[in-house]
Amino acid sequence: MSTIVLLALTGIGLAGLYFLVASGLTLIFGLMRVLNFAHGAFLLLGGYCAWLLGAQLMDAAGNVSNAGFLAMLIAALAAGAVIGTLTELVLIRPLYRREFAQVLVTVGLGLVVGALVMGIWGGDPRNFPAPPWTHGIVRILGANVPASRFLLIGVALLVLVALVAFLRHTRYGLIVRAGVENRTMVSALGIDVRRAFTLVFALGGALAGLSGALAGVYFGAVSPGLGSMLLIDAFIVVVIGGLGSITGSALAALAVGLLQQFANYYFTGIGDLAIVLLLAVVLLVRPRGMLGAST
Amino acid sequence: MTRAPGTQPRRFAGRVTLAVIVLLLVAVPWLDLPTAGLLPDRLNAPGSLQLLGLCLVFGALAMTYDLLFGFTGLLSFGHALFFAAGAYTFAIAATVFHLSGPAALALTLGVALLLPLVIGAISLRTTGIAFAMVTLAFAQAGAVIVGQDPGHATGGELGLGLAYDHLPQFLVGVANTRYLYWICLALVVVVAGIIWWISGSVTGRVWQAIRDNERRVQVLGLRPYVFKLVAFVAASFLAALCGIAWLLLVGGANPGITTAEFTLSLLVMVVLGGAGTRWGALAGGVLYTFLDQRLAALAGSPAIQSLPTALRVPLSQPLFVLGIVFMLVILFRPGGIASLFGMHGSQPARRRWLAWLGRGAARR
Amino acid sequence: MSAGAAASPARLPGAAVAQPAILLHVRDVHARLGGAHILQGVDFDVPGRGVTALLGRNGVGKTTTLRAILGIVPRSGTVTFDGQPLDGLATFRVILRGIGYVPEDRDVFAGLTVAENLRLAERRGVPPRYDLVFDLFPDLAARRRQAAGTLSGGQQQMLSIARALLNPARLLLVDEPSKGLSPRLVGETVAALARIAEDIPVLLVEQNLAAVRKLAEHVLVMAEGRIVHAGPAADFLADAALTQTLLGVSAGTGAQA
Ligand SMILES: Nc1ncnc2c1ncn2[C@@H]1O[C@H](COP(=O)(O)OP(=O)(O)OP(=O)(O)O)[C@@H](O)[C@H]1O
Ligand SMILES: [Mg+2]
Repeated sequence: MSTIVLLALTGIGLAGLYFLVASGLTLIFGLMRVLNFAHGAFLLLGGYCAWLLGAQLMDAAGNVSNAGFLAMLIAALAAGAVIGTLTELVLIRPLYRREFAQVLVTVGLGLVVGALVMGIWGGDPRNFPAPPWTHGIVRILGANVPASRFLLIGVALLVLVALVAFLRHTRYGLIVRAGVENRTMVSALGIDVRRAFTLVFALGGALAGLSGALAGVYFGAVSPGLGSMLLIDAFIVVVIGGLGSITGSALAALAVGLLQQFANYYFTGIGDLAIVLLLAVVLLVRPRGMLGAST
Repeated sequence: MTRAPGTQPRRFAGRVTLAVIVLLLVAVPWLDLPTAGLLPDRLNAPGSLQLLGLCLVFGALAMTYDLLFGFTGLLSFGHALFFAAGAYTFAIAATVFHLSGPAALALTLGVALLLPLVIGAISLRTTGIAFAMVTLAFAQAGAVIVGQDPGHATGGELGLGLAYDHLPQFLVGVANTRYLYWICLALVVVVAGIIWWISGSVTGRVWQAIRDNERRVQVLGLRPYVFKLVAFVAASFLAALCGIAWLLLVGGANPGITTAEFTLSLLVMVVLGGAGTRWGALAGGVLYTFLDQRLAALAGSPAIQSLPTALRVPLSQPLFVLGIVFMLVILFRPGGIASLFGMHGSQPARRRWLAWLGRGAARR
Repeated sequence: MSAGAAASPARLPGAAVAQPAILLHVRDVHARLGGAHILQGVDFDVPGRGVTALLGRNGVGKTTTLRAILGIVPRSGTVTFDGQPLDGLATFRVILRGIGYVPEDRDVFAGLTVAENLRLAERRGVPPRYDLVFDLFPDLAARRRQAAGTLSGGQQQMLSIARALLNPARLLLVDEPSKGLSPRLVGETVAALARIAEDIPVLLVEQNLAAVRKLAEHVLVMAEGRIVHAGPAADFLADAALTQTLLGVSAGTGAQA
């Protein structure tokens, strides 16, 4: 029982991380039909920004205060938002209506940022400073669950609620939802959809940056490989959930996180294979994913 | 069909140039020339031949990806799987099963044919982004399996060194690098020959038509699925051949070739060179590999080391430089290197062939 | 930008705003789609009042013409609206000049409610004309909270028109509003358009000649990417031979083309 609880909570925590990366990807794809390969780079920059700040704020034992930690998360969020916005304005916008070129340019940006991080901070993992409580253990139903899992679950839930509220109740949310269905018609109502493009890139970048910092907490370190590793997982989540669907991504993240943890435990180390198979099966049965838009 | 005047002599001149280039490349191991720091050593030194061989292998591999992506319009994120399948199958056959060279080759060719047939048959039920993702999924599965090291067959993270005990002696030892170089050169010639032949055939024209407008091909009464499967199997099979040549050249397989990043680097090579042009992909693959290998060495040179940090750090990362060049190409030179030489996917030829296809279907 | 649209707060039924004789000039417009040359030099004028019907057989490029005017499909040639060139403008700027667009197949946002579909069309600084659209289409008012995707075809058409009318427009482009509707709904749609056209000039793509007969003052006929006939609607519809050659139907019966 305690094993199941531990696996489930760890799986949900991982799902939270996947969701944070995937939600931005899915919004960008839904609106712009661009699979953003630079998303891993956004994440990486967020993670390293938080780490840089944390290295300034931490004490000798490698701990930071709660306020310092909050500052680190905000720095990650801001770094992601800035790089996301710049990407859209400088690289994506000049390639308007050339969606394939847009995808390729994000591939290039991913390479460049990955190489830059490697060049500046090296390939070794850097220990990620965090408040002591994140390293603690919570006893729940007989299981010893690392507290960082709850942090991830909490942040992911918060983001999910905020995103849904944004999409439901704000004008830009309305534009994004409509644009996911048919962005030509949105401009045919006299709306400059390109502003919404910048917005989703900023938002997606911010969420990716935040997940970079949270990944640092979850894994205890940041390394240049983090970006591409989580990017592939997020792709899988986005595609299973249906490109463009936030709730789809949330559900798919949950399925993927849980499947991965349980498969890893009960069939030693088969977790990655299991989620890849899940992806293949979902795509072959429903090529648009679980909750994919019909266009 | 009447040819424009002047086509005949130009084609002849082209063939002569090609023959001269191939002969020169064949002669490289005998040419003891200085390379002015472009290559690690004198032209025919083992280190230089190894690098040139690597450039040739990846040039050939890029051509196979171009066949799939530039020519048929199939964006696969799993091409690395078939290259890796070639390399790993051969390595396992020779090292774990202790098969002789020909037996290992036969086994690998069998796998190289069957694996893409099965995976292609499944993946091609989807199209577009879903196809890209299914192929990515299969390739990831391959990467995971290689990483898990089942039965100690793949060597996991460390990779698998090739055991040469049952292989021909000319493949062994630094002194014999020239034979490996020739194998790579032969690979390029064979792959290029097959690609030119097949893309000039009726099948190749249908592939281009599928890329340009799949629906139209369907309307003409042809089944795109079958043609796409043939393209997928052909490109993957040739990629597996490249994998074998690479394995022999490098002397072992490592999990780096199974990753999605590796497939992305193929995409970069093809787009850098000019998608759909065949020569462009070859040039892109060669250039990418050369820069990837040599920029690292150049970065260690005093000239770079004396630069200020803000320049030195990025410039010492080959992927940084390549990524920047790649983005600039996409933004300002979408046709890639090939477009610098006035080579584009030829529009009139395409239209002629669509018209031809229409007639063929009508006759039936 | 939106100043032009705001400058003519046309209300229905209402105060006739002085309109220039020719509101929209379309000159030598070419467009290519997927490698095919669809529009091959389209020339026509839309007068500043009444309904101008754009007719033609299926696939001649009527929809493409409307989309080319709006900059949804890339085009060459010149389009002048109310004396101002629209060339090179992004679609949303063309719309903000004061053009309302009712696309073929409605294109309402299926996942959004009726209210949200309309709210999306609201513009900053322009009072939305909810009273007007709910007066025209009372059915919509009752269904505000319903998802647009669950509306019937006729209701979706109403919503699509309402969306275009929410802001004051000086020209409406309406693409096959009767497509796929039952005869009774066609009648309702035509009645609504007739009311609208009292006040706003309309460029109407339509296959239903009965509807054209009721609404249109002028007709433009397309064939193979060009305008091949332009003139008064009554004359055209009365000429059975002409309708037969250009549209392949006889207008005499008033049957659907
Ligand atoms: N995206 C596209 N790619 C290629 N061809 C297209 C595309 N869109 C339209 N076409 C072609 O352009 C031609 C004109 O299409 P259009 O929709 O303008 O016709 P239409 O006159 O509105 O026809 P209908 O009365 O059936 O609505 C058609 O032959 C159509 O097949
Ligand atoms: Mg139409």
